[in-house]
Amino acid sequence: MFKLLKYIKEYAKETVLGPLFKLCEALLELFVPLVIADIIDKGIGTGDRSYIVKMSLLLVGLGFVGLAFSITAQYFSAKAAVGFTARVRHVLFEHIGRLSYTELDELGTSTMITRMTSDMNQVQSGVNLTLRLLLRSPFVVFGAMIMAFTIDVKTAMIFVYVTLILLVVVFGIMLWSIPLYKKVQQKLDKVMLTTRENLTGVRVIRAFCMEEQETKAFEGYNKELTAAQKFAGSVSALMNPVTYVIINFAIIILIKTGAAEVNTGVLTTGAVVALYNYMSQILVELIKLANLIINITKSIACGNRIQSVLEIEPSISHKGSAVPEGGEYAVEFINASVRYKNAGESALTDVDLRVKKGETIGIIGGTGSAKTTLVNLIPRFYDTCAGEVRVNGVNVKELDPVSLRSIIGTVPQKAVLFKGTIRDNLRWGNENATEEELMAAVESAQAADVIRAKGGLDCEIEQNGRNLSGGQRQRLTIARALVKKPEILILDDSASALDFATDAALRKSLRELDFKPTVFIVSQRTSSIMHADKIVVLDDGEVMGIGTHEELLEGCEVYREIYNSQFKKEAV
Amino acid sequence: MAKKIRSGDLKRVLKYIRRYRLLMVLSVIMAAVTVMLTLYVPILTGRAIDLIIGPGNVDLAGIAAILTQIAVTVAATAVIQWLMNTVNNRITFHVVRDMRNEAFRKIEILPLSYLDAHGGGEIVNRVIADADQFADGLLMGFTQLFTGIVTILGTLFFMLTINWKTALVVIVLTPLSLFIARFISKKTYDMFRLQSETRGEQTAFIDEMISNQKVVKAFGREKASLEKFDEINERLRSCSLRATFFSSITNPATRFVNNVVYAGVALAGALSCIATAGTAVPFTVGQLSCFLSYANQYTKPFNEISGVITELQNALACASRLFELIEEDPQIPDSPDALVLENAKGDVTLKNVDFSYTPDRRLIENLNLTVKQGQRVAIVGPTGCGKTTIINLLMRFYDVDSGSIMADGTDIRNITRKSLRRNYGMVLQETWLKSGTIRENITMGRPDATNEEMIAAAKAAHSHGFIKRLPKGYDTVIGEDGGSLSQGQKQLLCITRVMLCLPPMLILDEATSSIDTRTEIRIQKAFAEMMKGRTSFIVAHRLSTIREADIILVMKDGHIIEQGSHEELLKMGGFYHTLYNSQFAAV
Repeated sequence: MFKLLKYIKEYAKETVLGPLFKLCEALLELFVPLVIADIIDKGIGTGDRSYIVKMSLLLVGLGFVGLAFSITAQYFSAKAAVGFTARVRHVLFEHIGRLSYTELDELGTSTMITRMTSDMNQVQSGVNLTLRLLLRSPFVVFGAMIMAFTIDVKTAMIFVYVTLILLVVVFGIMLWSIPLYKKVQQKLDKVMLTTRENLTGVRVIRAFCMEEQETKAFEGYNKELTAAQKFAGSVSALMNPVTYVIINFAIIILIKTGAAEVNTGVLTTGAVVALYNYMSQILVELIKLANLIINITKSIACGNRIQSVLEIEPSISHKGSAVPEGGEYAVEFINASVRYKNAGESALTDVDLRVKKGETIGIIGGTGSAKTTLVNLIPRFYDTCAGEVRVNGVNVKELDPVSLRSIIGTVPQKAVLFKGTIRDNLRWGNENATEEELMAAVESAQAADVIRAKGGLDCEIEQNGRNLSGGQRQRLTIARALVKKPEILILDDSASALDFATDAALRKSLRELDFKPTVFIVSQRTSSIMHADKIVVLDDGEVMGIGTHEELLEGCEVYREIYNSQFKKEAV
Repeated sequence: MAKKIRSGDLKRVLKYIRRYRLLMVLSVIMAAVTVMLTLYVPILTGRAIDLIIGPGNVDLAGIAAILTQIAVTVAATAVIQWLMNTVNNRITFHVVRDMRNEAFRKIEILPLSYLDAHGGGEIVNRVIADADQFADGLLMGFTQLFTGIVTILGTLFFMLTINWKTALVVIVLTPLSLFIARFISKKTYDMFRLQSETRGEQTAFIDEMISNQKVVKAFGREKASLEKFDEINERLRSCSLRATFFSSITNPATRFVNNVVYAGVALAGALSCIATAGTAVPFTVGQLSCFLSYANQYTKPFNEISGVITELQNALACASRLFELIEEDPQIPDSPDALVLENAKGDVTLKNVDFSYTPDRRLIENLNLTVKQGQRVAIVGPTGCGKTTIINLLMRFYDVDSGSIMADGTDIRNITRKSLRRNYGMVLQETWLKSGTIRENITMGRPDATNEEMIAAAKAAHSHGFIKRLPKGYDTVIGEDGGSLSQGQKQLLCITRVMLCLPPMLILDEATSSIDTRTEIRIQKAFAEMMKGRTSFIVAHRLSTIREADIILVMKDGHIIEQGSHEELLKMGGFYHTLYNSQFAAV
């Protein structure tokens, strides 16, 4: 949390002025018991009515000036808190944009979204409260203590002890209860998990007649949750009674000492009442403080979670040279191996492959055979753990990722489109693409009928492309990559939802592209890749063979097996 | 923002609380006692102060006696207050626990049509977030509303008995702060609505961009999306500032009113002191100090109550959403004389079946199908043609609108759901695993299976190999929805699960769609073994599966348009013929 505070610098003025005005308000409040003491000693003591009226008006005056101070303080605090959070949100969003695939995999989407939204809101209200109140309460407590000293040093010492005891008790209870609440949260997560699972898996649960068992499990978790809640609740319920007892015992001692001092003529009755009022003020402020601290600890926890995301260093830096004009080879894999973070074994081992400009490479293999891993190395979404990958003759680790990715068109496995018009989406490939260029890409991607069906490029796509079918989305994502006119085009199993005829037409049009890209096609279908210049056969992260369709049929057992399973029909 | 509260929700909440009525009564009594004792302390203090008159004129013995009284009172108050809080916690958390349990039990018996129509997220939100908010509100209501009211009444009573004139000052001035608070909250309502709308917009944007961060990176759109983000962020900043600032005026404003009240009490009280000095019932300095401390205490609950009431309304709205779920109509229960189907032979007959999800869109009309024991039925057709609907009907996840489905000659509506489902083994397109160990997941259908049986099933389903390689083998704990397992591995586990119990009838829904061809070959062998002598329904995409089926159901737009064996259908030259040629013709 505390490292985040540097982002409040822009609001340094507000951050200082807010609490300052608040302090002024608190200061005024501290005068109130003194005024009351004067009313008692001078006003009532001498029966001076006009003095009493004057002093009461002074009280109203103090209140009014306090109001003005306070509103000013609220404004500055709100401005600083809101501005600070907006800034942190910006920084975090930018930071997430810099993270590489490795970190994104590790963090997970839902974590990042919670950090950006609910954690942020919690931080905002925490900062706001802190600026408004955190300084005020201790100030009133210590102020009341100092004022007490001006009245009588001996009795004031009681204040010192009481404040110390209170601090210890308040923080003690809090330190005790915070881990308890964390536990409550964990139990709640378990209850939530079970609920969610029972909804997502309702068919399986009912098919296996697991309803009773699941209900029992849920009730068990729920019971644990309730027990944790009750225990945490009882502990934090100690706060109010304990502070109440301490303060009131202090008042008892105060009156006792005060009475003796009045008896000996050291103090006046009004002074004792003033001391008593200060003690009450301390009580009120401490209760506020305790509530405040609970809120602030929550915010700090949220702030820490945000901080921890910010502290993740992107494993791929955004430095390096621009991609040079290529020579003979567009992409070269030299003994490239990949091991994912926290994984025991390599996902991909020892790939050696040189791809000439304009060639089409097919990559085939079973689930988990690392086909996607292989192509993800080209735009440097992941780094190799051994060996290297070169694009246009240069190791990708020496290239600026932005420049590198600008010459590569990727069509990911999951066909993702964004909210906005089809045109907006296609322009992701190239902001300045003309209407003709867009339509040409659409044609090549066999998506012309999608555009027609949707009534043109201005059709609004809903979030996650909900209003399109899988096949329609897939073709539009291909078009999006083509708009880029990339030197290297990667199709990661991106024709899976297309029927064979469309798939064949797509491959034909890719061959006829005027910008002649080097194409990588990942697929599980032999038919999609059998005409490629080279086919890479992967199994379990190992290269089983590289060659043309005919060569592989001849010499690669795995390839033959896959081919036969898909084309057995001819044998019937 | 505005949440709906249905009439009768309060009654429903009370129904849950009623179980804890003894605790409730206890809580109320303790609250009253606590408040009274708390209010009594200033009176005692006042009396003590009155014994301090001046130098040489202090009744030290009298003061000591009063102080002892204070000590006892304070100690008692503290203990009772803690007990009260604990009791309140207990009531609240138990009520919410009961509601959650009931909601969960309802989820288990709700018809699939409800669960399919309402997103999982929404229902989870009701059971978790809404229930939590309700608990917060209820607890706050218990602890603050009642004590607040008692404090106001108690203070009024004490003040009126001590000095009614000064008390009037307090009574007249205090409601002012309520009006101010009300006024401000009304004025800021629109600002808050704008804020939450903008927040919603931003969350949607964040959701979209972060979920698809990989695509953003692939297209180098980091900067462009940051710009859009900043634009929303700036709007949010400015409307959030307005909402936060204007609403935060409430506190200083009400505090100002309190200060005025305080000054009023000081004035009226001090004047009373002078006026009554020397009379039979003087208004003493001690009483004045007691009054001043009341003035502070009296205004506080007023400020809190308005907050509590909004909170309670909010809580009730949350409870209302939970009640909607709890009161949803469950599926039609099994009739008491329903048959328990045991070791079915596997004859399935569909007779004149009509079914549709929504009345305005007819889906299945007059479907007739006779499947004999051990036959294999392949269901084919383009995506979205209603193939999974058949499964929904066979498993009785949905009931037919008219006509009937019979298993072994009995209408499945006369068979208990459990026994019907136990006779089916199902592998769905969407794999589902629960968080827990691999073992727990595999033995779901047969918790009593031995280790050997489990491993045999895993070997048959070709999952043994990869399970063995996991850190803890069969005892490896997998996270929600399979955690780090690949889609293919998850599918294999789902197949293993069915392998282990091997019921007489099988339902396989595109079960092999995300398994690679080589693994699939192995699995198909296992499937073939599994299907021997078992009636099977397969939502099929693979050619070999279809060809080997006894009956092929060709579906289009929810209708069964063709029915027969592979050769028969090809000869017919109809839709199947076209479909077959477009999907499976070699290139």
